[in-house]
Amino acid sequence: MRCLVTGGNVKVLGKAVHSLSRIGDELYLEPLKDGLSLRTVNSSRSAYACFLFAPLFFQQYQAATPDQEPVRCKILMKSFLSVFRSLALLEKTVEKCYISLNGRSSRLVVQLHCKYGVRKIHNLSFQDCESLQAIFDPASCPHVLRAPARVLGEAVMPFAPALAEVTLGVSHGRRVTLRSYQEEEADSTVRAMVTEMSIGEEDFQQLQAQEGVAVTFCLKEFRVGVSDLRAASRPPCPAQDLTLPLPSQGLLSFAESANLSLSIHFDAPGRPAIFTIEDSLLDGHFVLATLSEPDLQSQDLGSQQPRRPEPPLQANSAPHLDDFTNDDIDSYMIAMETTAASEDFRALPSLSSGPQPPCSPDPNSEEDEAEPSTVPGTPPTKKFRSLFFGSILAPVHSPQGPSPVLAEDSEGEG
Amino acid sequence: MPLLTQQIQAEDEQYSLVASLDNVRNLSTILKAIHFQDYATCFATKNGIKVTVEKAKCVQANAFIQAGIFQEFMVQEDSVTFRIHLTVLLDCLSIFGSSPMPGTLTALRMCYQGYGYPLMLFLEEGGVVTVCKINTQEPEETLDFDFCSTNVINKIILQSEGLREAFSELDMTSEVLQITMSPDKPYFRLSTFGNAGSSHLDYPKDSDLMEAFHCTQTQINRYKISLLKPSTKALVLSCKVSIRTDNRGFLSLQYMIRNEDGQISFVEYYCCPDEVPESES
Repeated sequence: MRCLVTGGNVKVLGKAVHSLSRIGDELYLEPLKDGLSLRTVNSSRSAYACFLFAPLFFQQYQAATPDQEPVRCKILMKSFLSVFRSLALLEKTVEKCYISLNGRSSRLVVQLHCKYGVRKIHNLSFQDCESLQAIFDPASCPHVLRAPARVLGEAVMPFAPALAEVTLGVSHGRRVTLRSYQEEEADSTVRAMVTEMSIGEEDFQQLQAQEGVAVTFCLKEFRVGVSDLRAASRPPCPAQDLTLPLPSQGLLSFAESANLSLSIHFDAPGRPAIFTIEDSLLDGHFVLATLSEPDLQSQDLGSQQPRRPEPPLQANSAPHLDDFTNDDIDSYMIAMETTAASEDFRALPSLSSGPQPPCSPDPNSEEDEAEPSTVPGTPPTKKFRSLFFGSILAPVHSPQGPSPVLAEDSEGEG
Repeated sequence: MPLLTQQIQAEDEQYSLVASLDNVRNLSTILKAIHFQDYATCFATKNGIKVTVEKAKCVQANAFIQAGIFQEFMVQEDSVTFRIHLTVLLDCLSIFGSSPMPGTLTALRMCYQGYGYPLMLFLEEGGVVTVCKINTQEPEETLDFDFCSTNVINKIILQSEGLREAFSELDMTSEVLQITMSPDKPYFRLSTFGNAGSSHLDYPKDSDLMEAFHCTQTQINRYKISLLKPSTKALVLSCKVSIRTDNRGFLSLQYMIRNEDGQISFVEYYCCPDEVPESES
């Protein structure tokens, strides 16, 4: 793989890397026919992020030489980030950025051509890897919000930096609210303040959700998400009229800086929320676990279950729905890594169940182990699920075993 | 001249060193450029003060503050030498705050009575005077790197701006910084070999950053990155840097630092090369 990024796009690329670095410690870089994909997942596998830079984003882009197998690799986020460490300098000094990945030399080479003829050459070591793929499908989420990233960015600003989670919901009057989430057991000082922001329907470009729906997710990753997607966009190609955002760190800031609209797709609590931005030159997806709420969950068990009988099927079909969903052994393996221990337990309580949709995030894998002992319907109060697990509902009643849900057979991946 | 200065005038004879300065930052800035160890040795002659800091017998930093930087500078003996806790000295010099409000200057009067006496600092800002006494210690012998300009093989003068980023982003997982200086490509190259892989930074000799390029033969030397990293402090303050290596591979980095009044001082780092294992060369 070789590609050349020039001008303002170097900064866009840098911003994307910065936002990914807020999520995970490893970066999966995969040159695809339809663009260069950068992906990461956090250590608890409750948040997954990926950017796909279209070939047009680059001055030159060659995914693989004709006689070559496409190479993909996994590198330490830190080492890749160090190449793009200072965005200000990147903008000021870097004129061109060549990236080449050669299976034979086992080096990912990033060359920055800077002002004054200075050249920086980074030879980064990498590991071979399978493709990283979370299985999710925005189309299957019944609720969709779409708004300029700026609107969401401003809405998140008042929340304390230390706040762990926010609840996003639609309250009556069809106002969209963001509310600080209070853990039941949180001590009183923490609970002393609740922050709530509400945004009128008119600020949204799309608001497809009934009143009363709500999901809770990690604020930090959301911030990342919003800012990053915002930032991603300054198109380098002369022909392109890009309106991508520039700002800060996450998807939110990314999206904000690019002036992009951010779409939030979500479903019942416990199922992942998917944040997307799209542009002609790149698109970004952030998938965050949402908190399953005990009370809601019991209801969900009843009501929700029938509603989504798509499980294993969905897993298989998902890949076709989305570029990022191509699945293969690796994601299966990844899923197994975290699930294997708890799987058996999970099967024990096997109540009933339907297969779970493949997409759900959860940050606390350890908690999973505790799970077997809980009676269905009384799960721990606070729980996220791995993106690679079945949904939160799954464990309780999924007789199916994890594998069918987790990934499809590897043949799908190109 | 601050009031303070006049009051003390009469007592001057008893001191072996007296120096006063209208803007203490002209001194503290230079000292910060070599502040990578707690203790420093000070040598004062009628030309000015040289402050030396060393580490591991492998690196030495010298700050030269010429007499001209001071409004008053007097040395009674040929030379006055003492060792002092540099961190404490810097803390005292910035006792009115290290980033003063614009328009307010802290004036300094520094007196040293001689061997065994403390260094006395009188700092005055807005009519408030603080007196600090810092104990001095037996001076230690400093290293002589015997770096002689006639033995210099390669010499480059760069605008500091061009190196600043490079040094601030050095891959600290690399044990060494390898410096290549050559009359041919790559001319001037900084390389690191860290956990994440290797990186090289090349400066062409015709770059606008390059003020002078006198390389006579190709030299590739490695220096412990942990020893060179502290020089970043001097680099960020400086406007130009001269990089020289001699026939033994010893490295001299000279930084030209312009103070708030436009006067120039120099800070110099010497570093000895890392031994190259047989197998690697």
